[in-house]
Amino acid sequence: MNVEGLLAQITALLVALAGAPLVMGWVNMCRAWLQNRAAPPLLQPFRLLHKLFWKESVIAHDASPLFRVAPYVVFGCMLLACMIIPTLSTNLPLAPAADAIALVGLFGLARLFISLAAMDIGTSFGTMGARREMLIGFLAEPAFLMVLFTASLISSSTSLATTVATLAHREFAIQPSLAFAGIAFTMVSLAENARVPVDNPATHLELTMIHEALILEYSGRHLALLEWAAALKLFAYSCAGLAIFFPWGIAEARDHVALLWALPALAVKLAVGGMALALIETILAKMRIFRVPEFLATAFLLGVLALLVHLLLGA
Amino acid sequence: MAQIASLLAIDGALIVVAGWLAIGVAGLAALHNVRLVGRLLFPLSALLSVALAGIALLALPGTPQTAVLAIGLPDLPFHLRLDALSAFFLALLGLASAGISVFAGGYFRQGEGTPPGLLCMHYHLFLASMALVLLADDAYAYMVTWEMMALASFFLVTTNHRIAEIRKAGYLYLLVAHVGAIAILLCFGVLQANTGDYTFANMRAQHLSPFWASCAFGLSLFGFGAKAGILPLHIWLPEAHPAAPSPVSALMSGVMLKTAVYGLIRVNFDLIATPLWWWGTIALGLGLATAIFGVVFAAAQVDMKRLLAYSSIENIGLIVVGLGLAIVFNAYRMDALAALALAASLYHCLNHALFKSLLFLGTGSVLHATHERSLGKLGGLMRFMPFVAWTTLVGVIASAGLPPSNGFVSEWLLLQSFLFTGELPNPYLRMLVPVFAAGVVLVAALAGYVMVKFFGVIFLGRPREEKLAQARDADGLERLGLAWLTAGCLLLGLFPVAVLEVIDPITVAMVGKGLAQSGHAGDWLMLAPVSAERASYSPLLFFLLTLSIVLVAFALVRRFYHGRVRRAAPWDCGFPMQTARMQDTAEGFGQPIRQIFEPFFRMRRELPSPFDSAPRYKVTVEDPMWAWVYLRIAAVTEAASRLVGLLQRGRISIYLLYSFVTLVALLSLTQL
Repeated sequence: MNVEGLLAQITALLVALAGAPLVMGWVNMCRAWLQNRAAPPLLQPFRLLHKLFWKESVIAHDASPLFRVAPYVVFGCMLLACMIIPTLSTNLPLAPAADAIALVGLFGLARLFISLAAMDIGTSFGTMGARREMLIGFLAEPAFLMVLFTASLISSSTSLATTVATLAHREFAIQPSLAFAGIAFTMVSLAENARVPVDNPATHLELTMIHEALILEYSGRHLALLEWAAALKLFAYSCAGLAIFFPWGIAEARDHVALLWALPALAVKLAVGGMALALIETILAKMRIFRVPEFLATAFLLGVLALLVHLLLGA
Repeated sequence: MAQIASLLAIDGALIVVAGWLAIGVAGLAALHNVRLVGRLLFPLSALLSVALAGIALLALPGTPQTAVLAIGLPDLPFHLRLDALSAFFLALLGLASAGISVFAGGYFRQGEGTPPGLLCMHYHLFLASMALVLLADDAYAYMVTWEMMALASFFLVTTNHRIAEIRKAGYLYLLVAHVGAIAILLCFGVLQANTGDYTFANMRAQHLSPFWASCAFGLSLFGFGAKAGILPLHIWLPEAHPAAPSPVSALMSGVMLKTAVYGLIRVNFDLIATPLWWWGTIALGLGLATAIFGVVFAAAQVDMKRLLAYSSIENIGLIVVGLGLAIVFNAYRMDALAALALAASLYHCLNHALFKSLLFLGTGSVLHATHERSLGKLGGLMRFMPFVAWTTLVGVIASAGLPPSNGFVSEWLLLQSFLFTGELPNPYLRMLVPVFAAGVVLVAALAGYVMVKFFGVIFLGRPREEKLAQARDADGLERLGLAWLTAGCLLLGLFPVAVLEVIDPITVAMVGKGLAQSGHAGDWLMLAPVSAERASYSPLLFFLLTLSIVLVAFALVRRFYHGRVRRAAPWDCGFPMQTARMQDTAEGFGQPIRQIFEPFFRMRRELPSPFDSAPRYKVTVEDPMWAWVYLRIAAVTEAASRLVGLLQRGRISIYLLYSFVTLVALLSLTQL
């Protein structure tokens, strides 16, 4: 492990920790502007986290230790995900520990813990949230993996760093397989990050919520960790998408100048991506829960199609 | 020294088998002495299991050893052989049965049905016959021990034989086992190619024509599929597993199904010299169908042991998918890839043996504590049975195939082998195989759903019945058994490279190449089956990283903020009236799956009317294979026997007429 790699790794960690709430804040700002509202400040998510960390945690009488462990595990999974996705540089010493399949497994582990924690108290909304989260998960997970497989087949490697490095070196051309994969990926990320049209992050209507129902019983520092983890998840998905479909600007090994440029490049890409997300959330309506399987099955089939198109056309 | 050790291995294995048989006989002597059987005989048998696993692991890298036992007919002795493949499955048997036997020592108590001493005999006969099946080197020994295994497990399934349903389940199991055994017998008949010599050595030497080789493949798939639970021969599994006592379910699901996988590998990779590629596609298709079917039905179950039985069907499906892929690669002589797919399958066998045994034993503890098998009457047990709950959680994570557990490693290897199919020479296969990969991924994701349902409904939430508050955690021997299997799951998950090195001699023997042998398994930390650029995964690093982030996050939160906690009533959006009945039941949790996969199910719903004073909602999900396959076979059989019945008139003159007509017909034939 060289110093350079270590530096890149630590930078990635810090950028993820600081950047995730910023992205959240930016999306909220854009959405408020598009809806003709006065926008909350960019740093609002940090204030929220700080406030929540100071509050005491109120826990139900019969909560088991699993309930208290889960926020830390979920936070740990999401942070690790951000550390193995090449956000700024492909020279990450920790990246070989987990490849694309392990990344999906990591999200799955977090989902398992948060769902179990939601069932722990035994309230009706908690179990409902867990059921819906698992429903979305089992449909979105294969679709996400199909997208990653398409990229892996193009670069003949499931290592994220190698994949991104290979994709970055290709000449710019719209490839049919990546186009299909891109649409599938967008749909999956919307569902996985509890955004419109699958879930509404701003909802307070109990019967329609998914993510909020899962974390309904949490408060104080546990809620803060889960909110931060949700922001990290959005950040991880955005960075994964940007790294696969717009891999330019990501530094490679022994390229010091590029590492300096990588951060502004990422910031610009994330800003544009955040605006796009806000736009999608503004113009689409939330769909009924039983339309969600259709939505995600479409994403899955698009992913399979991307894989087949790549194998048939070699593009 | 190494030579002596390897020479003694097969004898050592036979001594363990003899020890098991002796324990069985001792159990017979102490027919009603639960303390002796539980506290002494079963733990002793577990020690023998550990010894067997040790012997097998020592013998695995060595050269094959043979022995001849003068049992049976005068000119037909038992040929035995211990090679890498047998040794691997013997190690699997030893590792899994060690935990199960210890647990069984605490589990079996005096009760209805078979007395404990007799049960002990059946149990050890079952263990010994499984070991002999794995050692057999000729068709005669194989079939005899295979039948012994089926009969011993039949008696174990029908332990509570005073219940009619259990007798029925046992009968179904026996029937399917025998239909399968006939197919296996025929398969060996084809393999010996009219030489009359039924030793496996002779079968290896034969070169069958593609037609006969394909017949042998089909018969082996049918015969071993009946034991393993491949679609549509799986129907006995969801009946027999809930009927059997939990340690027996664990042994059957964890180990006995693997003997069928062993048979499949033995016949199709070892005895048949030249595989054809399309066998692989059949195995792939059947395996995937089995896996999807199993997992979808597991999601709809409301009985915890039936749920696990369907989950076993799913895992067998995944193993067969891996074997199919290995056959395809093997037929095209892509040895490294065949080794990868075969290693993934074998690894999954080992994983499934441990985590499914663990889960079945967990249900056994729950059953003991609550006398309840129905998920609708459990809940909240994590507070009363923390040890069982936490160990089961490890099994749940493994069964859901999530990192850093062992279940993830084998799924990872399987998916890796799918990603190489771009190098296949056959263009149709190249297109077909990624679709199979998509199916495998779907199964893996659904397994997570099933496991959240399993764990969440049993252990989390509030107790759905009052009596659950009196549930007591497992103790003593039960804990030891659970802990053994949990440790196995963790170690297999964290040190995959060591396991792949163990598997290596097998793939070398079966497909001519190993993963570690060509320097491909990576160093001890990093699992990189092909090359580090291509793919790598390090569970230990993964686990330590997650753990350290969790710990650092915890320490930082405590350092900069505080650790204050207040206990209060649950919030639940401020609803004042909350009862345990407001949680999702097992039916409720499976409802989205039932809705999405509705065409798969045969469902019967009883909906209450709005004016009902005591409304009842009931939904039963049936296995469609009964209606699609078995009831039709039954109808055809009945129609055929009715036709035969037409001949039987019950009057002697008519039978004399038949004889006369037959004679005339024969005479006229000879005249021609």
